[in-house]
Amino acid sequence: MKINLTVNGEPASAEAEPRTLLVHFLRDSLGLRGTHWGCDTTNCGACVVLVDGEPVKSCTMLAAMADGHEVLTVEGLEREGQLDPVQQGFIEEHGLQCGFCTPGMMLTARALLDSNPNPSEDEIRVAISGQICRCTGYKNIIASIRWAAEHSEEVTA
Amino acid sequence: MQVPAPFDYARASTVDDAIGLLERLGPEARLVAGGHSLLPMMKLRLATPEHLVDINPLESELGYIREADGEIRIGALARHRDILESELLAKHFPMIREAEELIADPPVRNRGTIGGALCQADPSEDLSAVCAALGAVAVIRGRDGERTVEMPEFHQGPYETAVGDAEMLVEVRIPIREHAGSAYEKVKRRTGDWATAAAGTALWLDGSDVAAAGIALSAVNPSNVRSTRAEEALVGRPPTEEAFAEAAAIAAEDCEPIGDLRGPADYKRHLARELTHRALRRAAERALAS
Amino acid sequence: MAATTETPTGFGRMKRKEDPRFVRGQGNYVDDVSLPGMLHGAALRSPLAHARIVSVDTSAALQHPKVRAVITGKDLEAQGLAWMPTLSADTQAVLATDKVRFQGQEVAFVIADDHYAARDALELIDVEYEELPVLVDPRKALDPDAPVIRDDKEGQDSNHIFDWEAGDQAETERVFEDADVVVVTQEIPFQRVHPCPLETCGAVADYNAVTGKLRLWCTTQAPHAHRTLYALVAGLPEHKIQVIAPDIGGGFGNKVPIYPGYVCAVVGSIVTGKPVKWMEDRTENLTSTGFARDYLMRGRIAADRDGRIRGLRVDVLADHGAFNATAQPSKYPAGFFHIFTGSYDLEAAYCTVKGVYTNKAPGGVAYRCSFRVTEAAYLVERMVDLLADELEIDPVELRMKNFIRSDQFPYTTKTGWTYDSGDYHAAMNEAVRIAGYEELRREQAERRQRGECMGIGVSFFTETVGAGPRKDMDIAGLGMADGAELRVHPTGKAVLRISVKTQGQGHETTFAQIVAEELGIPPDDVEVVHGDTDQTPFGLGTYGSRSTPVSGAAAAIVARKVRDKARLIASAALEFSPDDLEWENCCLIDKGATEKGQTIQELALASHGALELPDGVEGHLDAEAVYNPPNLTYPYGAYICVVDVDPGTGEVKLRRFISVDDCGVRINPMVVEGQIHGGLAEGVGIALMQHVAFDEQGNCLSGSFMDYLVPSSMEVPDWELGETVTPSPHHPLGAKGVGESSNVGSPPAIVNAVVDALEPFGVRHVDMPVTPARVWEAMQKGTTEPPQ
Repeated sequence: MKINLTVNGEPASAEAEPRTLLVHFLRDSLGLRGTHWGCDTTNCGACVVLVDGEPVKSCTMLAAMADGHEVLTVEGLEREGQLDPVQQGFIEEHGLQCGFCTPGMMLTARALLDSNPNPSEDEIRVAISGQICRCTGYKNIIASIRWAAEHSEEVTA
Repeated sequence: MQVPAPFDYARASTVDDAIGLLERLGPEARLVAGGHSLLPMMKLRLATPEHLVDINPLESELGYIREADGEIRIGALARHRDILESELLAKHFPMIREAEELIADPPVRNRGTIGGALCQADPSEDLSAVCAALGAVAVIRGRDGERTVEMPEFHQGPYETAVGDAEMLVEVRIPIREHAGSAYEKVKRRTGDWATAAAGTALWLDGSDVAAAGIALSAVNPSNVRSTRAEEALVGRPPTEEAFAEAAAIAAEDCEPIGDLRGPADYKRHLARELTHRALRRAAERALAS
Repeated sequence: MAATTETPTGFGRMKRKEDPRFVRGQGNYVDDVSLPGMLHGAALRSPLAHARIVSVDTSAALQHPKVRAVITGKDLEAQGLAWMPTLSADTQAVLATDKVRFQGQEVAFVIADDHYAARDALELIDVEYEELPVLVDPRKALDPDAPVIRDDKEGQDSNHIFDWEAGDQAETERVFEDADVVVVTQEIPFQRVHPCPLETCGAVADYNAVTGKLRLWCTTQAPHAHRTLYALVAGLPEHKIQVIAPDIGGGFGNKVPIYPGYVCAVVGSIVTGKPVKWMEDRTENLTSTGFARDYLMRGRIAADRDGRIRGLRVDVLADHGAFNATAQPSKYPAGFFHIFTGSYDLEAAYCTVKGVYTNKAPGGVAYRCSFRVTEAAYLVERMVDLLADELEIDPVELRMKNFIRSDQFPYTTKTGWTYDSGDYHAAMNEAVRIAGYEELRREQAERRQRGECMGIGVSFFTETVGAGPRKDMDIAGLGMADGAELRVHPTGKAVLRISVKTQGQGHETTFAQIVAEELGIPPDDVEVVHGDTDQTPFGLGTYGSRSTPVSGAAAAIVARKVRDKARLIASAALEFSPDDLEWENCCLIDKGATEKGQTIQELALASHGALELPDGVEGHLDAEAVYNPPNLTYPYGAYICVVDVDPGTGEVKLRRFISVDDCGVRINPMVVEGQIHGGLAEGVGIALMQHVAFDEQGNCLSGSFMDYLVPSSMEVPDWELGETVTPSPHHPLGAKGVGESSNVGSPPAIVNAVVDALEPFGVRHVDMPVTPARVWEAMQKGTTEPPQ
């Protein structure tokens, strides 16, 4: 079946089986490999993308269910050569080590800051609680998101 | 990653459309909304429906939470996130927000629906216990119209509900009563884990006495039933520590926990008692303040 | 703490050079590799833990329109590839032939056009099994009627693998028999856990029959060692094998072994003539790849009444699963467990370790363990706490009384380790200060009066890392010395090629900082090349915290060689004798008149130019080195954990965690702190919620993240870090390595805290994982049943 959706602000379209999961559709059909996967049971959150502005585990959504909707992946965070403050925050505060959970974490951060521009540490902990990081122990991820909250006007290439 | 077996896909545009599709496609068709109960099972190939009927487009029709005729009515497509954030629900039934904060995790709550949760009927599922304790009623629509089913009849066993072939849960109704208080307590090993044990309690006062009580436990019974004997022990007396202790003891006696990786049966039975007691205490505080 | 805004020339906090690609989602992990015509493999695995294979029928799978090939054990057997050597001189089945020996063992391998079709085809393979009795309890492994698991090995008539010992048995017994000592004995299991990096294991194999070249992208922490092993095992010429470890999404020791899936992908590529990708799913990762720990330990500690520890004896039963696939230096079948004497000055010590087979996944050495240092540290720190409890001495005070003193270094332990440097008292004092220990004890006393269960746990660890001197340390015969190559281009930019392989540790930044520190070339002007065996010198890879101690030393040495050469070139350029020049501010200047000098960039150009060079000095500005470490390094730390236990539910809430680490000189403190944070979170998982559990039929009960639990942001506190810096005297940079320290030190701190919290209930010990159920159980009975 043909799947038509908007990805990172642009129309995107490809053939897929009904059973094709959104994560695989993004990675393999659209070549957007920044979205990762790490489990089989909807636990790890490496696959988080934003669907209509909300974090969703793309391994537990059919591409067909995303038809007609808007998806933001990590590739869509940078705009016109400018990094999103969340991306810059993760660099500034050493919020990533192996980088595997990072796309999902940044997208959740983006969605959080869009609705809550000044989140507390506890609110950040809750927001990312559905996503596993094995490297950072979470402290610097929280600091990265706080950095983004405090530097929402500052972006660098 | 593990991935589902092949299936055919149809998208429903209205409730009647969905029911019509179920009728046409037969028993090998399943509805999918949030998909966070069904799709994980399909990826592990524990469920292999031949047809999926996507009812997400029904969110505009069934995604509501509203007050009408002395009830709160929640459409089956209301997402966990909406239920968590609803001020209307938080005002009338604080138990609901307390439970939702402990259900799954934020991305999962963005997709999962109350309809999906109730119809999955997992014995450890929290909204089932919440709805049971609050005396909710399920509205089921089929080809011949709508019918209502009380929670005890709705949950018929583990993973079994009263929703028949070519039928669909469309709404959950919770009666609003005065002098109410409710609370939810849950122990789990980690964020996102199913409950090791959980207790939802609701109290309605008449003067200084308990007029009605709702107690439902999760994860310690084959399905989410009310602890009716425990409830009866509270009715007609003041909400005191003694009363809570007695009711909690009965709830623990009556439950049937199974030992597993979360803990042995006697520990879960202990939790049933401890959590029921704590939830009753907080529900009573709220009822007295209301 | 944030990176600074200025880029330091050498050591210091700086933002990571690798981050720009990761934050854009442009990391290149194995599953991102896509080659023209690439096929996809999937492994069929045994549902049974122990069974004879009666038949394997692949006919239906072969008829699937998208299936290109199906490989079975029989097919591999014909090529002599059904078995492969492990890193512990044992053998492991690539695809089962006679029997399956653990649930999840590979039985067949399907290759199809796409991943979904490969999964579908698995269901079309029909395997008939004849069930055999299952052995999951290592304590029964040597019973006379235990089923013999490795009947494939000639002469193997039991489940015994090895016996090993260290220390002085007679001397230790003498201490224990001393009439005046207090002896405390405790069974202390360290449960089976799994490192589960977020990216699972996988490979893309691309064999070109015309050129004879095999390119293998792989999630490997040790690409060169893998290359050599493939050459030895598969008979492929080593110069025609290129192993490429691209970006890796976490390793933690899980990505050190060679897995059957990799071998099958290689065979699949040879058979089909196309690239073959194999990526395992999470269940496969948890149930078949290298697990960690599974040591049943029995500790006995002897001390005088006044708290002077005299002796320590440990006897260990080690469960290695169905194949001994542990990865540690070959002379040490129990890894470095004999560092169990810890940070204490003991009169006598002795340990025995007995390894056995069971019907479980193979492995044992992984998960930031520094080759069993985690087991050793857990054992000694629990024993010391048990002793503190018995003698009614404060656990900090007891440790301080028994620490090796700073003037005793270098200190040789009773089991043969020579610790390089340390000031344990300083680290412990710093942890006590940051924690406000005295105040915490006062608070605890108050809370106890109110029936609240607050616990304070202390642990102090010394690790041995940075393997290692090649005469003592080799893996599968490959000595653990590593090479480095540095090339400075004419315009003064440099390329450093290293043998180790980061899975998140930041080598592209920290190794550039080493060159910057030595040569003054800014880190942004130093490109670090790693992971591709065609592009990098030989070495044993990244695990056991060895990157900084070994490869970091090699990088420093090679930079110094370049500096020495630069001095000679400068002497020609400036017309001074080399001895009259000194290195200052990244420039060679003459010691007298400070106006004449040459920067390293000028010297780089000169070395490539027309300048006449002194006799014996070759042109260009390159160097290579192989660093054979003279010793291991000994980082250490003092950890304090504060918990609040809910006595009604058994839930443990981590309130605070203080970790003071001494890893010698810190190249990039930001990176060091990040490493510590990560290991602490892993320790929380191990202490409180992780267990790879089995039932009696050998069914793995922890085959997904639904039951194998990893801490989220909600289960960890804010980490409070402190430091002391005691350089390693033998390391060129004084650095010791730190990658695993926090996984070593945190489980005992957490368990000690919980036991402390439960002291009013008469609890002396609780086995990990300390789940709410176990806490409650301990409160009822004063102890817990060990995990199965």
